[in-house]
Amino acid sequence: MLRTAFAAIALAAAGSAGAIQSKYNLAPPVTAIARDIHWLHWMMLIICGVIFVAVFGVMFYSIWAHRKSKGAQPADFHESTKVEVVWTVIPFLIVIGMALPATKTVVAMKDTTNADLTIKVTGYQWKWGYDYLKGEGEGISFLSTLSTPREQIEGKAPKSNTYLIEVDNELVVPVGKKVRVITTANDVIHAWYVPAFGVKQDAIPGFVRDTWFRAEKIGTYRGQCAELCGRDHAFMPIVVRVVSQEDYTKWVAEKKTAMAAAADDPNKPWTLAELQERGAKVYAANCQACHQANGQGVKGAFPPLDGSAVVMNTPQQIAIMLNGKGAMPSWKGLSDVELAAVATYVKNAWGNKSGAVVEPAEFKAARK
Amino acid sequence: MSAVTPDRIAGHAHDEHAHDHPHGWRRWLYATNHKDIGTMYLWFSFTMFLVGGVLALGIRTELFQPGLQVFAPEFFNQLTTMHGVIMVFGAIMPAFVGFANWMIPLQIGAPDMAFARMNNFSFWLLPPAALLIVASFFVPGGATAAGWTLYAPLTVQMGPGMDLAIFALHIMGASSIMGSINIITTILNMRAPGMTLMKMPMFCWTWLITAYLLLAVMPVLAGAITMTLTDRHFGTSFFNAAGGGDPVMYQHIFWFFGHPEVYIMILPAFGIISQIVPVFARKPLFGYASMVYATASIAILSFIVWAHHMFTTGMPVTGQLFFMYATMLIAVPTGVKIFNWLATMWKGSMTFETPMLFAVGFIFVFTMGGFTGLILAMAPIDIQVQDTYYVVAHFHYVLVAGSLFALFGGTYYWLPKWTGHMYDEKLGKWHFWLSMIFFNITFFPMHFLGLAGMPRRYADYPMQFADFNMIVSIGAFGFGLSQLLFLYIVVKTIKGGPKAAPNYFDAKDGGLEWTVPSPAPFHTFETPPVVK
Repeated sequence: MLRTAFAAIALAAAGSAGAIQSKYNLAPPVTAIARDIHWLHWMMLIICGVIFVAVFGVMFYSIWAHRKSKGAQPADFHESTKVEVVWTVIPFLIVIGMALPATKTVVAMKDTTNADLTIKVTGYQWKWGYDYLKGEGEGISFLSTLSTPREQIEGKAPKSNTYLIEVDNELVVPVGKKVRVITTANDVIHAWYVPAFGVKQDAIPGFVRDTWFRAEKIGTYRGQCAELCGRDHAFMPIVVRVVSQEDYTKWVAEKKTAMAAAADDPNKPWTLAELQERGAKVYAANCQACHQANGQGVKGAFPPLDGSAVVMNTPQQIAIMLNGKGAMPSWKGLSDVELAAVATYVKNAWGNKSGAVVEPAEFKAARK
Repeated sequence: MSAVTPDRIAGHAHDEHAHDHPHGWRRWLYATNHKDIGTMYLWFSFTMFLVGGVLALGIRTELFQPGLQVFAPEFFNQLTTMHGVIMVFGAIMPAFVGFANWMIPLQIGAPDMAFARMNNFSFWLLPPAALLIVASFFVPGGATAAGWTLYAPLTVQMGPGMDLAIFALHIMGASSIMGSINIITTILNMRAPGMTLMKMPMFCWTWLITAYLLLAVMPVLAGAITMTLTDRHFGTSFFNAAGGGDPVMYQHIFWFFGHPEVYIMILPAFGIISQIVPVFARKPLFGYASMVYATASIAILSFIVWAHHMFTTGMPVTGQLFFMYATMLIAVPTGVKIFNWLATMWKGSMTFETPMLFAVGFIFVFTMGGFTGLILAMAPIDIQVQDTYYVVAHFHYVLVAGSLFALFGGTYYWLPKWTGHMYDEKLGKWHFWLSMIFFNITFFPMHFLGLAGMPRRYADYPMQFADFNMIVSIGAFGFGLSQLLFLYIVVKTIKGGPKAAPNYFDAKDGGLEWTVPSPAPFHTFETPPVVK
């Protein structure tokens, strides 16, 4: 009953509209674990608040009552074993009291067994990849990238309510089902963090970790990467859409159809115009942040592509896009078609009017 | 160099006047005098504090509003990283060593530190290290941008600025290790006759314990950054899974250093507070023995809590529970210290000159940081707020309102002993209140930002975090500018002011520093005093 009361206080204290619901406290909880964490936090705040008031009540009283200007005479007591024991034992007991409910929650957070749905989350520099591994929707796979337009970031357009917390492809899960989230990463450590679920798990390259959540309310919940991962650490958000079971089944069917249709045939020969059109989109979503819309890069940091010898040398260009170099990550996560499209686009954009075409099959061959 | 006997020193003093000590640049470059070396450490640390502060103002300028207005995000990450590195290794740690150099020999009645020449080397290693750190901004790719914690494998992607930082950290680590050897040897061997360990001032006790912590953990940091260096350049795979290594191992090694490191930065602060409060309460420190045991307990416990920085890395349940319990346990001896300071104030006869303002301010605001630390110790809560601004709020409360305020308090407390002049009390109080108010404006809203979900090391943020970020940035500029007042006060005091008596605060605790003139002569306690 106490827990429901705390939950009510927590929700009441939550802020109003806006994609991030809270101003002063933890996000409004939509899982049992998140509710437990809210409760724990309120408990700690209240206990610490009471101790704070007591201790500093005494201190400020002393500052007022025992000041020389008031004529106070100093006492000369300077030790008392009894008092030391008391104010060691009582805090010790308080701390044990705090640890008991926390223990329960720690154990519950770690129990990822018997999941209804298992999703692998891969952290990339700088986006997330979702693979539905087990359960309804198995086989669905997509990347989820920040969709806030650069004009908003650069202050050239007004910022929306979901500025920096919106993506092109949202993670969709059914309400009320236990979802096991397996995390890993492609390059450096990232962290998958959704405050409303009470979930944060590091995504470590070469290693596999897991966590879980059971969302109890339909809605859209947003989080952000929570481990410094390079320049765009602040620009790789997480959006989870929790839907009803029927809507989830519908979404699964739609997504699978779309995936099949969009599955580019890498062996089909593409025309220059087709590749350039596709390549411009890929460039805007992935390359523009560093190499800039005008292909000039940033002096001292990101080389220009306009007039670049590497761009004009196809084997070198393919190698650097697949392997990365220094601060440039590897782009092998993109499809062969996307890579060929953007390679063709940069070979023909700005001053690079080469007329050259890079076919998807060239990237496919280079991956071996 | 063994302990010098009184006779030799007495004889030396007579013909010393002709070549008392070198003057000009030689006095400083070849310094072996603990007072001169202390002075150099203090000026060095204050300079680094201002440099680190400018970096912080750069951060807060970018974060004043959402959007990327001023800096590219990769440069922003350089700012956050180097602000941390410079403040921890360039400002806070050397400042406490400066206090140690000035005050330990004076407080134990020793003529100087045990190894005076090594002391010189310990200091002079620092300016080149600082140059490397600053220079790292100007090499291709800029300074390292991996956070002051330098996690792998992100560090492998950094440019040569990372290598400069590694080199600088090695140099600063060597300086700290040598300084610690000096402090331990001095305290254990050169106390005046009659000064048993349990009669030694608390400041010396806290530094004795801190020096052992430094000896234990600085080599561990050296190990972590060397492995990073070889992973970067020599084909090793310590932290690279593809080669059979483990990025999380870096975190274990770093935090095994890192957690005791934060206690290294706070224990001497506790020592300073324990010196100031009794003098201004006109009452002896309550529970001296308890304070010693509590400090030692904190130091020992600090070795077994490191993974509370790693609750989200995926450790097993038992690990999370162990580190949660151990971390919560540290609250107990820390609370004991707070209660003892309160009991020192209780039924005293208090006045509130600037040192006492900072000491009482410390107790108030550091305790708030302690509470958020206890809240962070709870693993489930930590998982929500790890790597958010809640953590940033916590550690700035304990490091700024903790360590830095203690350093300010100690400076006002001992500045007349160092310079021979009283500082301007009215200006000192202004510095205190400005710092206190702007500090809270800057860092209190960060608790809300963190709870609401704003991650740290972010160059830009969603709209909902805008209001508090603006307040924080305004507070930061206020706090930063207030420190220029401190600089003015210190310079003013050096240049002149009312003459300070030997015991200018009328301390009744029998501290040996109050028995020598102000300013303390170049050589003090050439004949050791006898302590009853």
